[in-house]
Amino acid sequence: MTIFIPTPLRAFAGGQDTVEVDATTITEALDGLTNAHPALRKHLFTDKGKVRAFVNLYFNDEDVRYLPQKELTPVSAADTLSIIPSIAGGD
Amino acid sequence: MSTLHLPRAVYDAIRAHGEETYPHECCGVLIGRTTTNGWRVEAAVKAGNTRTDSAHNRYEIAPIELVKIEREARRQGLGIAGFYHSHPDHPAQWSPTDFAEAHWLGCSYVITAVAQGKAAVTNSFLLAGTTEEDKRYEQETIAVDDEPVTPTHL
Repeated sequence: MTIFIPTPLRAFAGGQDTVEVDATTITEALDGLTNAHPALRKHLFTDKGKVRAFVNLYFNDEDVRYLPQKELTPVSAADTLSIIPSIAGGD
Repeated sequence: MSTLHLPRAVYDAIRAHGEETYPHECCGVLIGRTTTNGWRVEAAVKAGNTRTDSAHNRYEIAPIELVKIEREARRQGLGIAGFYHSHPDHPAQWSPTDFAEAHWLGCSYVITAVAQGKAAVTNSFLLAGTTEEDKRYEQETIAVDDEPVTPTHL
């Protein structure tokens, strides 16, 4: 599948905006990504291995948090995974 | 100090957006290319503020909207350069909430103060650093059509 890397994380993914991985689930895809680019790991996961709260993962157009199987959702080569840090604020 | 390059039309548009949504906060995404010394913005995309519970002093962009904006930017060979929002009747300085919620390292965060419905000062802050732990805001120069602007020139 294709993983889209957001602007702030490209420096930790060899400057690439997309990374192709062979995977059967979203978890495997993330493992493949961080094995190929270990510097990404601390930006995506907490010390306990959970996806950081401000990191949104979109499987095609679906928020992974709300998929019935979440990170264990099966994936195919044609699927995409977008990594999108949250954006919010205020005075 | 880095420089955020904005076309005049984009600079005017993001300030006008703040006036349109007053007394609520506006928000949007800046699309552009990176340079050796900051971002060169090509376009601004208005986004909806999902914080309808407290829109006068909070903003949030739905992640799915960001996914679609980034997808379209990539199609054009561009990337997300940063974000903008307004501070209704509040200074154009980042707040503790802005800092806590900022996660796009290396991107520009533009804030426009809107005083009594009229756009006042516009500032830009680069989210510098390499991790959540060492991130910091650094004020940057805004250049409109390659001419640096300061509040006194508005």
